[in-house]
Amino acid sequence: MIEAHDLWKAFGATQAVAGVSFAAQDGEITGLLGPNGAGKTTTLRMLYTLMRPDRGRIRVDGFDAASAPIEVRRRIGVLPDSRGLYKRLTARENVEYFARLHGMNPQQARDRCSELLCALQMQTLADRRTEGFSQGERVKTAIARALVHNPRNVILDEPSNGLDVMANRGLRDVLRGLRAEGRCVLMSTHIMQEVIALCDRIVIIAYGRVVADGTPEALRAHSPERNLEDAFMKIIGAAALEGGV
Amino acid sequence: MNGALVVWAKECVESLRDRRVLLNALVLGPLLTPVLFLVLMHLIVGRELEKAEKPLPVVVIGQKIAPNFVEALQQQGMQTLPEVPDPEAAVREQRVDLALRIPPRFADDWREGRPAQVELIYDSSRQDVRSEVERIDAMIETFSTRTRSLRLLARGIAPSVATPVVVAGRDQATPQARGALLLGMLPYFLILTALIGGMWLAIDATAGERERQSLEPLLINPVGRGAVLLGKMLATAVFSMASLVLGLLAFVVVGSLLPADELGLGLSIGPHFVLVAVAVMTPLVLLIAITQIWVASFARSFREAQTYLGLAQLVPLIPSVLMMVVPMRLKLWMAAVPLFGQQVTILRLLRGETVSDQAIVIGVSVTLASAALIFWLTLRLFRSERLAISG
Repeated sequence: MIEAHDLWKAFGATQAVAGVSFAAQDGEITGLLGPNGAGKTTTLRMLYTLMRPDRGRIRVDGFDAASAPIEVRRRIGVLPDSRGLYKRLTARENVEYFARLHGMNPQQARDRCSELLCALQMQTLADRRTEGFSQGERVKTAIARALVHNPRNVILDEPSNGLDVMANRGLRDVLRGLRAEGRCVLMSTHIMQEVIALCDRIVIIAYGRVVADGTPEALRAHSPERNLEDAFMKIIGAAALEGGV
Repeated sequence: MNGALVVWAKECVESLRDRRVLLNALVLGPLLTPVLFLVLMHLIVGRELEKAEKPLPVVVIGQKIAPNFVEALQQQGMQTLPEVPDPEAAVREQRVDLALRIPPRFADDWREGRPAQVELIYDSSRQDVRSEVERIDAMIETFSTRTRSLRLLARGIAPSVATPVVVAGRDQATPQARGALLLGMLPYFLILTALIGGMWLAIDATAGERERQSLEPLLINPVGRGAVLLGKMLATAVFSMASLVLGLLAFVVVGSLLPADELGLGLSIGPHFVLVAVAVMTPLVLLIAITQIWVASFARSFREAQTYLGLAQLVPLIPSVLMMVVPMRLKLWMAAVPLFGQQVTILRLLRGETVSDQAIVIGVSVTLASAALIFWLTLRLFRSERLAISG
């Protein structure tokens, strides 16, 4: 479970995040939805301890991110905005490197890696160098890398970016699998269909603030046609009028 | 600590698979300078030898006036070229290197026992003619001395009377020291080799990792930034060291190929030199590695880092040039200055001198302290939020 409480973050004069609070529950997929530049990536970066919030608190499975960052990192698997791989290493070596950094010994790392590559149906890719991988193959490898330590919580920043239809379908299956295993999945996106297809709970962020938080059903209620996209536009528009811009 | 080892092992494996790194660290870096050095030395030595033995061509004007004089010079290696109409103009226009004019009154002066004058026509602004002028001067001087002795003997006077003072030079330079004069650039070459050896890895592990967007995922792992930095630094140092050792061995081979005997040089490039040089250079390699990582961490792209580190290669040139331009007496404080100290020590080793333990200890401790300081500065940079963000 991931809890964010009143997060603030500024870069110079730009207030990127201004008081974001929400909670992502275990066994659910929570979607962080918002237009480009709304503060989604910055919020996630604070959650996975890459950045320190100027104000506010973060708790992961009850551990405070400010006082126990290493403990928090052990409990989350991250597919960050930057998902570069080491192109002179094979997919397996890329994943094993992270397993070793999580403190596994070589044997544990090998076993866990084989298990994971099998589960993600990557056996044919496993021993190829990642140079020349397709976008989908790269994201798959990066997801394997994020899950290598079997984390209870998984944070994904725009996971479907650049994926084709087939790869996207595979990704959704993986995320549903994580939910079925009772993990807490938090993903950011700006694609409405993805939210409709996957999320149990939606947190809409605009202008660095949470402007709506609820189930897809509850959010649809904002639109007369009970259309999520219209509801989204309406909520964002209302936030802009409130003085966001 | 375990984290540092994991990072170290991965950086090494990844670099060993990079042809660019291998070529630079293990081939170009260690071999380029020794080979360059060998070629250069052969050229210099070859030219010197050639000059000393080659006949000296001189245009002689008025050869018939003093046939004995000309013949004496020819015996010493002068080669008489036919007369030219206007020797001054010919020398100015560089058609002729050297002309010797024997004026008509030479014969009279010679017979009367007055100093007989000959004229040497040359252009002293031409570097390549200078040694020829010196040679013909020496030939004339030899002839003159011999004639003086004969004239004095003919008059019943011992020739030694005409030489009130005689100088005997006692050169204290050891053959090694003369060799070291020529090898003055070797310490710089060695440091350059260490720089080249680690450079690509240092860039790849920092700016390169940032450019490929793999730094952010790496830093999210539950490993301290200090361990990540330490691993990267040690990987850089290992490649730098490998390059240096290969370079030293290449110099040992080159040293045995140099025409040292022809030059009258003795070079102390043997196993002892290699061992002490490695010991002295190890702390410097650590300092170089962390400095390269520090500098490369400021860059956002591979190319940017390459520019910075390319410029940094010139820094170790400063002590070498300083020592060549302003010859200084070696003092203890020099051993304490990183880069400078190692260059001085290697130079002394080459000259076959003993280096005091005190100087080595001071050099090693100051260099290690500098490395620790820069490690701390780099760690601060690694801990800053802006480092991890690629875009």
